[in-house]
Amino acid sequence: MQVIKIKIVVCIKQVPGSTEIKIDSRTNTLVREGIDNIINPFDAYAVEEAVRIKERFNDGNVEVIAMTMGPPQSGDMLKEAISVGVDRVVLLSDRAFAGADTWATSNTLAKAVKKIGGCRLIILGKQTLDGDTGQVGPELAQRMGIPFIGYASSIPEISKDKIKIKRLMEDRYEIFEVNLPAAISVVKDINIPRVPSLRGKVKARNMEIPVWDAKKLEADEDEVGLSGSYTQVIKIFTPEIKHDIKMIEGSTEEQVEQLYKELKDLKVI
Amino acid sequence: MEIRINKETCTGCSICRKVCLYDAIEIVKGKAVVNRNCVFCGACIETCKFNSIEIIGLKEEKKDFSDYSGVCIYLESQGSRIADVGFELVSEGRKLAEKLGVELSAVAIGNGIGKSAAEAFQYGLDRLYLMDSAVFSANIDDIYAKALVQVISRYKPEIFLAGATWFGRTLVPRVAAILKTGLTADCTGLEIDKEKKVLLQTRPTFGGNILATIVTRNARPQMATVRPHVMEKKKIAVAAEDYQDRIEYINIDESKFITEYNLIGVEKEVDENLNITDYNVIVSGGRGVGGSEKFSMLRELAGLLRGVVGASRAAVDSGWISYPHQVGQTGKTVNPKLYIACGISGAIQHLAGMQTSDIIIAVNKDSSAPIFKVANYGIVGDIFEVVPMLIKRIKNGKPLV
Repeated sequence: MQVIKIKIVVCIKQVPGSTEIKIDSRTNTLVREGIDNIINPFDAYAVEEAVRIKERFNDGNVEVIAMTMGPPQSGDMLKEAISVGVDRVVLLSDRAFAGADTWATSNTLAKAVKKIGGCRLIILGKQTLDGDTGQVGPELAQRMGIPFIGYASSIPEISKDKIKIKRLMEDRYEIFEVNLPAAISVVKDINIPRVPSLRGKVKARNMEIPVWDAKKLEADEDEVGLSGSYTQVIKIFTPEIKHDIKMIEGSTEEQVEQLYKELKDLKVI
Repeated sequence: MEIRINKETCTGCSICRKVCLYDAIEIVKGKAVVNRNCVFCGACIETCKFNSIEIIGLKEEKKDFSDYSGVCIYLESQGSRIADVGFELVSEGRKLAEKLGVELSAVAIGNGIGKSAAEAFQYGLDRLYLMDSAVFSANIDDIYAKALVQVISRYKPEIFLAGATWFGRTLVPRVAAILKTGLTADCTGLEIDKEKKVLLQTRPTFGGNILATIVTRNARPQMATVRPHVMEKKKIAVAAEDYQDRIEYINIDESKFITEYNLIGVEKEVDENLNITDYNVIVSGGRGVGGSEKFSMLRELAGLLRGVVGASRAAVDSGWISYPHQVGQTGKTVNPKLYIACGISGAIQHLAGMQTSDIIIAVNKDSSAPIFKVANYGIVGDIFEVVPMLIKRIKNGKPLV
């Protein structure tokens, strides 16, 4: 039997595809109609990058494990991960995990990583569409006592001991090298995710998704989910609907002249 | 812990079902029932007109936080300069500190930043903790986190705020994890609940479609990051007294600040302003621009307005302009004073990244483009006519009509 030497964990999340969220102007409440759950877009790049790293080593010694914490239906997304080349998946699902903030989420993920026997590299998306915090990665890394490098836009070098990351900041790229184990988050321009192969799809279809609950992770109920969270949502509301638009009409010359005046009033020229 | 619906008062009106983003509420026999999809987000609780929904069984520890006092701001440095967001937060922190009747402090970490950090006194700072050392010459997560933890553990502020810059958003979660406290990302509003003396942290989620107010429970400090440009920086008259005695120089044991990160190099794109979040004016192009060479007219217009060029995902994915320019859900969130959208239809993912701009001008051929729903000024027209003519108008200074 071959010994697996390098484990790469990809943390992914299923999120509501937000395109259909609308505001009911009469009741000023949010209306969701037929929103599909999708893999968080940044996480698709994380999965792809993990599979690419496996292919770079190309020695049969790398295992890519995708994990997610979420309701039972998140298992579908894990099947998609299998179909694009992930070797193994774990669904962390338990009512006790619900309502978790980033702190409690990072705890659950850390316990799952421990349970699989640790890993050399953790890859996450830069942030999720729904929570939008980007905090789980650095909190997870801190809990595990490993470096975290955010916003990776390419991985120029990786060996079993070290990783070199080119990361995107607001106004520059920074190139870092750190020892493994480490955790990273990826941005969109790191790769273009592949479409599932037919073989991958067949493999995914026949796959049983292992489900780990709080008990299996040996997690106390008050360290996961809302009970284990330091932050709590106390109110949700919709932003005020903005201003009325002023349409600038007339011939192109008239429109541009009017626009010029508006820019002058705004003091940008 | 469970979410419970009071069957006596529930009318089955189904408003809670409509607001639920997770398909977790069903109406069964005229009463709301919560199913296993529930993530305890709390959206339904607030929306219920009959106060019929509550989360019960949540353990509230009675902790004594009386040794935590004051508001503390992290002044992020970029080289030897303090980033503007730091001063914005000092102005905001001043208001919070006054509401609580406590001290406003700030911590600055870096190399040769003393002079720039002291500017914070003009924005109403009471006390500055300065960690100035050659070990902090580059912004690196692990040693900066350690430095912040050192200050926070010693001075125990009840509130700690930092900029939601790209550095702040990876640094501060590490700090929160070390201190074992809550952190709310990317806040756009901060208030004090006067009765409970707690910080109400409001932030957009779901791409800005909804706002959530969050509190930190069972832990201190209450930590939040705040987006740049959201809070207004405001100089207030400084007293003539010298501020020198209000600066506390923190001694650094340099041997304890050895980073695990090896920073090999820093690259900037030539002739490109990548930091689009830093500009007051953004001229953005979308699918309608039609090619990389055609972005040059947008660059020219941006230059005339002392702004920078942004782009929609469509333009970036087509390879016309690089990813750091992308505005929207999978790009950057911007809130400039003026955002000019040229040939951008306004997919919700794009709107999520720019709809908080002060003024939005949209130019698009299609009068039904969603971008007009968030714009303050709209022109239905061809960007290839409007933009060059506007450039000419600005350069010539002569009226067109």
